[in-house]
This record gives sequence, C-alpha cells and structure tokens, in this order.
Amino acid sequence: MTTSPFPILIIVVPLISAFFIPIIGWWRRGLCYPLVIVALSISVLSSIFILHMVVEQGTIHYYLGNWDPPWGIEYVIDHLNAFVAIIVSVISLIIAISSRRSVERELPEKIVYFYCLFLLQVTGLLGIVVTGDMFNLYVFLEIASLAGYALIAIGEDGAPFASFNYMIYGTIGACFYLLGVGYLYVTTGSLNMADLSKILPDLYHSKVVLMAFAFFIVGVGLKMALFPMHVWLPDAYTYAPSAVSALVAPLMTKVGAYVMIRIIFTVFGPNFSMELIPATTILCWVAAMAILFGCILALGQTDLKRMLAYVLIAEVGYIALGVGLANKAGLTGAILHILNDALMMACLFLVVGAIMYKGGLRNIHQFKCLHRKMPITMAAFTVAALSVIGIPPTCGFFSKWYLVLGAIDANRWLFVAILLIGSLISAILFFRVIENIYFEPADYAHNGGEHGEIAIDEAPLSMLIPILITTAGILLLGILSGKIVSIIIQFAVPAGL
Amino acid sequence: MELILSKYNYWIYIVLMMIGFYAMIGKRNLVKKLVGMNIFQTAIILYFISTGAKRGATIPIVEHGHGEAMQAIHAAHYANPLPHVLMLTTIVVMVSTFGVALALIIMIYRRYRTLEEDEILELRK
Repeated sequence: MTTSPFPILIIVVPLISAFFIPIIGWWRRGLCYPLVIVALSISVLSSIFILHMVVEQGTIHYYLGNWDPPWGIEYVIDHLNAFVAIIVSVISLIIAISSRRSVERELPEKIVYFYCLFLLQVTGLLGIVVTGDMFNLYVFLEIASLAGYALIAIGEDGAPFASFNYMIYGTIGACFYLLGVGYLYVTTGSLNMADLSKILPDLYHSKVVLMAFAFFIVGVGLKMALFPMHVWLPDAYTYAPSAVSALVAPLMTKVGAYVMIRIIFTVFGPNFSMELIPATTILCWVAAMAILFGCILALGQTDLKRMLAYVLIAEVGYIALGVGLANKAGLTGAILHILNDALMMACLFLVVGAIMYKGGLRNIHQFKCLHRKMPITMAAFTVAALSVIGIPPTCGFFSKWYLVLGAIDANRWLFVAILLIGSLISAILFFRVIENIYFEPADYAHNGGEHGEIAIDEAPLSMLIPILITTAGILLLGILSGKIVSIIIQFAVPAGL
Repeated sequence: MELILSKYNYWIYIVLMMIGFYAMIGKRNLVKKLVGMNIFQTAIILYFISTGAKRGATIPIVEHGHGEAMQAIHAAHYANPLPHVLMLTTIVVMVSTFGVALALIIMIYRRYRTLEEDEILELRK
C-alpha cells in the first residue's frame, strides 16, 4: 500500500484557485484566464504523475486529516480512477484554453464568475473521481452539479428554464443517491467503499441493500442521462454557452458512467449485480433503447448542437451497454469508450463553438460550402464524426469493437445488431452534415450573391489549437488503444469477470 | 398496524418524500416545484436524523477520556453522531441548491414575466 499527497493536489489546486479568482478578477480581470490555465495544468501534471505511480506501484491511498480509513475520508486511486482523472483534467484544460475568445464574446461582463464556476465544476468532477468515500462522492456530485446549473443558466434565451428543469431532475438524482448511501449506512455502519465491499457480501439478501442498489442506479442514471431519464439533457446542453457545453457534455455524463461502474463492480461486486438480481440484464436493455432512441431522435434535428446532444444520449447508451454486458471485453469497451467519447464530444462541441463564434451558424442547412471558409475546423469535424460512426483508424472504432466482442462473448446477438444499427444511423446522421459542408453548392440566390454571404474565415488560433489537439488525440489514441488496454484498462476491469 | 406504529418515523419520511416528489413532478408552477424539492430534501434529512437516534441515549461524549481509568463504554448508551454530521453537510448543499434555484427563478421571471410552466412553454414557441 502506498500513500501519496498527489490525490489531494488534483482537487485542492483548482478549488483554491476558484476562491482566488473573484479576488484577483476584482483587481485585474485579465489575470483570471492565466490563473485557470495554471491551476488546471497543475491538476493535469499531478494526475499524469499519479497514473505513472499507479502503473508502477499499484493502488494509492491518501487519508484526509490522517484518519484511518473506515472512520476518516480516504482517497483511493487505482487504475480506473487514475484513467478517468486524466481524462477529466486534460479535457477541461483543453476546453479552458479554447474558452477564452468565446467567453469574451458571449459573456463579456461575467468572465470572472464564469472562470470561478468553471474551476468549481472541474473540482467537483475530479473529486467524484478520486474519492473513496460514498458520502464524499455525494458532496462532490452536488458541487459539480450546482456549478453546472449556474454555468448552463448564463446561456442564451431558453437557458434559465432548461437549467431549472435540469436542476429538478439533478436534485432528484442526487437525493436518490443520498438515500442509497443512507440505506447502506444503516445496514453496514460504514461509508468507505472498500470497507463496504467487504461487509456487503454477507448482507446481499437484505431488502434494504437491494433498495439501496436501486436508488443508486436510478440516481446515477439521472445524473448521466441514461435513456428514460435523459429528458433534461437536450435543452440544457443546447442553450448553454458554447464553452460550457464543450465542458459539461464530454465530462459530466462520463463521470456519471464512472460512478456507475464503481457502484456496480466495486461497492456491490459482480456477484450481487449479475447473479442475485438481473440488474445488468435490465441495464443492457435500457442501454440498447438509449442507443436506438438517441440516434433516431438525433436524425430529426437540424440544429447541430441539439443533434450532438442526442448523439451524446446514444453514446451514454454505449457505455451503459458495456457495463451491462459485464464481461471482460464489454467492460473494457465501456472504459475505453469513456476516454474516446470524451475526446470525440469535446472535439465536436469545440467545432460547434468555433462555427458559432465565427458565423453564428447552428442550423446544418446553413453550413453549405463551409469547408472553403474553415478548412481545418471542418477537417477536424469530419475526423470526429468518423470516430463517432466508428471508422477504423479513429479511436471510436476500437471501443465499439470491444463492445461488439463483449456482446458476442455474452452470446447476445441482438445487442450486436443494435450496436451495428446504432453505428449505421450515426453514419447517416453525420454524412448528412458532411454532405452539407463539402458537397452542396453554396446557396447564392438565397442570400443575394457574394455580398450577402456572411464573412467567415478560419477560427482564431486559441480555438484552433484545442480542436487540433483533440483531433490528433482521436487519431493517436486509435492507434495506441491496444497499448492503453494492456497497460491500464485490463487492470481496471474487476477481477473475476 | 404494528409495522406502522413501531417504525412510524420511516413512514413519516416516506409520506413526506412522496408529497415532495409529487410536487416536483406534477405541479406546473415553478415555485411550487421548488417547495416540493425542499420537502423532498427535508424528508431525507429526517430519515437520516431518525436513524441516529436511540431511546435513553446521551450525547456521544466520553467523560473519562485521557488519563483516567478506562471504563467499559456501551455503544447503546450514546446516540450515533455521524448521521447528524452528514446532515449538516447535506443542509449546506441543500441551501445552496435552493439559492441557485431561486436565482434561476428570478432570471426566468425577468425574461417571461410568469412562473407557470405551460405559459413559459407557450411563450417559447
């Protein structure tokens, strides 16, 4: 067992910076942005360092206030944690870099508060990932959600109402989670995840434990927008400012998926979730519905941002399907998809942000001939779209490959079919957009010739570089995915599957 | 009947929670939804607090601490402090949720001049 101060550093640096930002912003507004970048860079560095330590030495523990685990709060970092922590910190750093111009344009009065909330959101997400304590997880869940409600509400016209709806659903989710914690505490007297996983096997037949499990799954399902509980998502992510949807969309749902994996496989153990109750089977069906409905509803949208929100619901379905299959290949696919999907969604939402920044366009029929004006951005969009569809050199292919393998291993051919149908529908979805961008002739008659056209050129460098980094990431991680699986993910999959 | 009387605190929490849940889902007025949310959260606080309570127990402070001869301590004589501590944190979370919600309601009212959900949906078409 190794102890190290780095787990706490990942969280404390953004948290303290979030408090300093209003003070510094009051003095010099221009200093907020560098402070955010520095704070997030420290988080990224310490999470990379931690991943390295975990790969070398195994699980890392940190005791808050030096209280021993079952009594005090403990931060535990194993392969799964470290992996997700890196995704969260790197993606949020990339989004922070690109947010500068669009925030200056969209929210000129609120830069200081925007960055304060931004850091609080990242703190919450990272906290959910590193903590090893059930109640502590609830607190971080609420920190992330509260910052999210506020960030979404500063968007365009419909944003406050969408954010209010999100808040009602989010609060129900968090309260169900809290009730689950309460039920577990009443039966076991412990809040520590590792401790719970030791005590719970004797109590698997208790009805209270069963109820706790149900509350956890529904609560986390609401937070990660799993299919029947997704109603808040499209509105909230469509009306949010573009920098916010680029931050929240890739990360919040993925962190929810991480919590679900933790609860199903670490706290309760595969025995309980697979054999005693058919939880994973139900999860599979729900996920299959999520994939189909997400893709089909996305087909009906002409607003690109809204379409991506529905695609996101389908992507959550892919992860949940991998979790529900509950075999080695399926879970590998799910964990790999957390990474890939975070990258793809970050890239797509960044592109949407760049298009909106430059031309204020969001309807896909307005994108005609956009490749002449923004060639690099559009190329990045195409790569990310191919990755969502699952074309081989991109990383999206490999996670879907593992998911299909998992479905075959579990002998569930219907789910193989659903995975393929989902890919086909997303091919239609994205080729519709790509066709508009590359092949449709520009509609000159419509906007009165050359002069009526909106003047658009390539996005500014501070937006272009993050887009290029994520695009390179999509291609590179596709090539390296075998290595990622063999170094990290195969240890993250719980033993005995 | 026995089941209801012996565990009446849990029944009260379930009834309160369902009232709150109904108001959050079923009511059309945003302020009513918010009141429902508060009832819902308070029910959960009541549940946690009642799990920590014991009949005839005292506050969890051990009198003969350091330096004194150790006495046998019976856990049954002391109330469990942990649920209360957890609820202090939860109350903070709930107050801030309430604050954010009120701020959102003010923003919505300024924009639409109404707080009825169906009227807002009508206006947004």
